[in-house]
Amino acid sequence: MTETITLIIDGQEVTTEKGKTLLEAAREAGRDIPTICYHKATTSNAVCRLCVVEVEGQRVLQPACIVKAGAGMKVQTRSEKVVRARRTILEMLSSTMDLSDSAEIQTMMYDYGASSSRFPGAERRDAEVKDDNPMYVRDYSKCLLCWRCVQVCAEDAQYTFAINFEGRGYETQIATFFDKPIPETSCVMCGQCVAVCPTGALKPKREFLLEQGMSPNEISVMNTGRKQRKPR
Amino acid sequence: MIKSDRVTTTTCPYCGVGCTLQLHVKDDFIYKVTSPFDSPVNHGNLCVKGRFGYDFIYHPKRTTTPLVRRYLLEGRPKPVGREQVFAVSTQGKPIADSRISNDWDWVETDWDTALNVVTDNLVRIYQRDGSDAMAVYCCAKATNEDNYLLQKMYRALFRTNNVDHCTRLCHAGSVVALQQAVGSSAMSNTASQVVQNDVFIVTGSNTSENHPIIALQMKEAVQKYGAKMIVIDPRRIDLVDMAEMWLPLKPGTNVVVFSAMAHVIVKEDLVNHEFIANRTEGYNEFVESLEKFTPEYAEETSGVPAEDIRKAARMYAKAKNGAIYWGMGISQLSHGTASAMSLIHLAFITGHIGRDGTGLNPLRGQNNVQGASDMGAMPFHYPGYMRVDNPENRAKWEKAWNIEAGGLSLKLGLTTTEILSHAHEGGVRALYIMGENPMMSEPNLNDTRKHMLELEFLVAQDIFINESGSFADVFLPATPFAEKDGTFSNTDRRVQRVRAAHKPSGQARPDWQIICDLALRIESKLGVATSHWAYSNPEEILREMGSINSDYAGITYDRIDKVGLIYPVPSLDHPGTPTLFKESFPRGKGKFHTLDYVPVREQVDDEYPFILTTGRLLEHWHGGTMTRNSSLNEIYPEARVEIHPADAEIHGIRNGDPVKVQSRRGEVVLRATVTEKTTIGVVFIPWHFHEAAANLLTNDVLDPQAKIPEFKACAVQVFPARKKDLPNPEIELNRGRY
Repeated sequence: MTETITLIIDGQEVTTEKGKTLLEAAREAGRDIPTICYHKATTSNAVCRLCVVEVEGQRVLQPACIVKAGAGMKVQTRSEKVVRARRTILEMLSSTMDLSDSAEIQTMMYDYGASSSRFPGAERRDAEVKDDNPMYVRDYSKCLLCWRCVQVCAEDAQYTFAINFEGRGYETQIATFFDKPIPETSCVMCGQCVAVCPTGALKPKREFLLEQGMSPNEISVMNTGRKQRKPR
Repeated sequence: MIKSDRVTTTTCPYCGVGCTLQLHVKDDFIYKVTSPFDSPVNHGNLCVKGRFGYDFIYHPKRTTTPLVRRYLLEGRPKPVGREQVFAVSTQGKPIADSRISNDWDWVETDWDTALNVVTDNLVRIYQRDGSDAMAVYCCAKATNEDNYLLQKMYRALFRTNNVDHCTRLCHAGSVVALQQAVGSSAMSNTASQVVQNDVFIVTGSNTSENHPIIALQMKEAVQKYGAKMIVIDPRRIDLVDMAEMWLPLKPGTNVVVFSAMAHVIVKEDLVNHEFIANRTEGYNEFVESLEKFTPEYAEETSGVPAEDIRKAARMYAKAKNGAIYWGMGISQLSHGTASAMSLIHLAFITGHIGRDGTGLNPLRGQNNVQGASDMGAMPFHYPGYMRVDNPENRAKWEKAWNIEAGGLSLKLGLTTTEILSHAHEGGVRALYIMGENPMMSEPNLNDTRKHMLELEFLVAQDIFINESGSFADVFLPATPFAEKDGTFSNTDRRVQRVRAAHKPSGQARPDWQIICDLALRIESKLGVATSHWAYSNPEEILREMGSINSDYAGITYDRIDKVGLIYPVPSLDHPGTPTLFKESFPRGKGKFHTLDYVPVREQVDDEYPFILTTGRLLEHWHGGTMTRNSSLNEIYPEARVEIHPADAEIHGIRNGDPVKVQSRRGEVVLRATVTEKTTIGVVFIPWHFHEAAANLLTNDVLDPQAKIPEFKACAVQVFPARKKDLPNPEIELNRGRY
C-alpha cells in the first residue's frame, strides 16, 4: 500500500501519494505549473526556477519540480508573487538569449505578460553555430542551460559523459571537454540531447539545413561527392 | 522553425531492439526523427542509426527504376566470362565493364517488362529443371508480410523449400540449440526485464554497439538497480566498464568456459534441484559429461583464470534472478549449436528461466529477423516453426494456399550458405534475393563470388544495387521502411507497426506488391489455380498467416496500433506473453545434451599466428547497403583492424598504420587501430566495408546442425603495408571514441 497525504493547492484539497513532488501533485489536480528545465525523462534539478510556487510558511518561493508534497502544505501556484517571479525569469531569459525556436516559452511570455525589452542593456549570449558533425548542430545562443542535454548524456540515459558545463557565472555554457569538435569526443551521436533540448539550441542537421533554405534534394547530395540527380 | 506536414509513427529498421520512431516529414522529406518518451521498448532513447541514419532513403545512388540486362531484352544468351568488379556498386550509377560486350549493360525499363522477364526466366528454369533448381533469400529487414509472401510464392508455385535468409548467418546455432532443448527459439524474456535481474551474463555480444538501447537498460540495471553484470567476451567491450567481472576467453572456447561454470555449480551443489527434477530431463548423463570440464582445464583452453570461472559461476548460481544475454559470439562458430547449448544448461541447472527477470535471451540482430523466421523464411519450417517434413503441417498450408493435396514439398530445403554452394549445373539455377547481400555477408567471399557467377538467373529486389545486386540479371526497385506499411517482430517478440511516411521514390514499389504482382504472372504462365495474391493491404496478409500460425492468431493492426503485442498471442482477446516457459517448455521438459569441446576449425600456426574475429560497429549495419549510403559513413568511413599493443609492437605497427591482413582464403588492406580493446593474439575487423571485406578472410566451415559459418574465428597473419595499398588512402577515421 502506498501512503497518501493531503495538502491544499490553490485552495483545493488534494490527495496524492507520498513522495510525489508539488509539480506532480498539482498536475494531477489539474493545476498547470509552467516548466522549462523540467522533463519527465530527466532528473529534476530546479535550474530554471520557472515552476516556483508559494508555500505558506516558507520564506522564499519553492521550485515545484523538486519539492516534495507534504501533508497539510498550503500551496499557491499562481499568486501575485509567483507570477512576478515567473515574468521576471522569462524577461531575463529573453533579454539574453534567442528564444525564436521555443514556441512554448513564447506562449508563456504572452501568458505572463513578459516583455523582452524589460532589460534593454542586457548582454546577449551570442554564439556561433557549431556545425562540426553530420548529425546535429549546436547553436548556444539559444541555450538556456537547462541541463537536460548534460543529464541524458550522463546517467539519465546514455552514460557517455561527452558534454558538461564549462565556465562560471554568466560565462557558463555547455561544452565538450576542451571544447573539442563532437567527432573527437566520446560522443556516440545518439542525439538523446537533441531530443530533450527545449529551445532548438540542439537541432538535427537536416532540419537546420532546411531552415537555411536548402532543398531536400540539395541536402541529400551533400557530402556524397556526387552531382545532384535530376528530379524525376 | 520547420513545421512538419505530418509525423508518422513507425518502427526502426536497424537492429532487433525495435525502437519506436516518429518521422517528421516536410514535402515528402524526413528532416527529423524523434521517439516518444513513453515508447514501450526504448523510452524515447535512440542510437545514431535510428535517429540520424535514415538518409539512405534519399541517397542519389538509390535505384528506383526497374533494370534488366540488355541481353535479356534483346534475346541473346547471357554473356559468359563476364568480369564484374567486386565493388561495382560503389561506382555510382550502374556501369558496364568495357572489357565485355554491352549485353551485360543495365537497361532502364518499366515494371511490366521487368516482371515479365523475371516470370519467363523463373518459369523456364522451373519447368526445365524442377523445384530443386529454384531458391530464394528472404529478408530480415523486410516486413513480416513481405517475407510471408515470398516464402509462399516459392513454396506454393515452385514447390521448393529452398527458402532461407540471414538468420542462418547470425543466430542459427542458438535457434537449433533452443529448439532441441526447449522447443522454442526466441528470447524467453523481454529486454526491458534486465532491470529485474540481480546478476546477468552478457556474452558474445557487444551490446552497446549492436543493441545500443538494450545496453542502456543494462547500464541502468547496474547503476540504478544494483545488478551485477558478468561480461564473457574476447574483446574488452564498452560494457566491461560497468561489469563486476570480465572473463576474456579465447574466441571459440565458449563450450569449455560455460561447461566449467556448470561443473562448479554442480560440484558446489548450487543447483536448483527442484527445477531440475520437475522441468528437465537427462540431468544425470549431463553431470557425468561435465567431469572433464574442470575450471583448470578451462583455464588451459580458454585463458580465463579458473578462479574467475568459479567466482562467476557462484555469482550467477546464487542470484535470485539470473539471466543470460548473448549474441553472435556464441552462435557464429562451427560448434555454434553446442556453444548455445552450454548456456542453456546454465539456466537449466540454476532454474534461471521461466520467471520474470531471468531467462535465455539471444539478442536477435536484424529489426525483423525474429519475424522473418516466424514467417517461415527458413528451409525446414513453414510459418510458426511447423516442420516442412510433417505431412500434417503440409496439409494445413495446402488448404490455406489452395493447393492440391500432397502438392507441397516434404523435402527439407537448402540453407543460405548451401544455396550458393549448390549453384552449379544440376543444382540451383535461379536465385531470387530480396534485400540481402550475400556478397558481403557470406564467409569466404572469393568462393561466394564464383558461385554467384555460376547462377543462370539472379533477381535482386532491393533499394540499392549492392555488391550482390551487381551480379543480378534483373533489378527490382523496392521501398525502404519509410515508404511501406507492415509489421516487424523485434528481438523480444513484440510485433509492431511499420508505416509509410511518404510515397515511394521514383518507380519503387513496396516489396509485398512486387511479390503479388509477380506471383500472379507466374501462376498464369504456369497455368495453375491461384493461391490468392489479391491483397488490398498488408494486414490481410498477416491475418492469412495468423489463421494457421497460432502465435500470431490474435494480432490485428488495430490491436498493435500503439504499443505492439508480444507473441504468442493465440486469440483476439489474449494480452500477449512477455515471459515464456512459466509453466512448461514447448517440448515438455527441458532437455540436457552432453557436450564435447570441439576447437575452432582453423587453429593458429606459425604462418597464420593471429585469431581473426569479426563483428559490427555502432555506426554501420551489416553489409552496408543502408549505412554506407548515409551520413553514418561520414562518421565512420573506413574499416580498421584492431590489434593489441603488445602484438602491434612486435610487428612494428603503430596506430593508424596501413596493414595487410591475410588468411588462407584472401587478404585485405586497411588501417590498424592499436588498442587494448582486443586481447593478445586476437585481431578484430568489422565486416561492413566492401573495400576491406572481412569476409574475404573468414572460414566457410559450417556447424553440422545449424549450418552457420564460423565467422568468429579463423587464422590470419598481419603485415605492415604501404599507404598507397589502402583502398582509399585519403580517407581516415578521426573519432575521439575510437
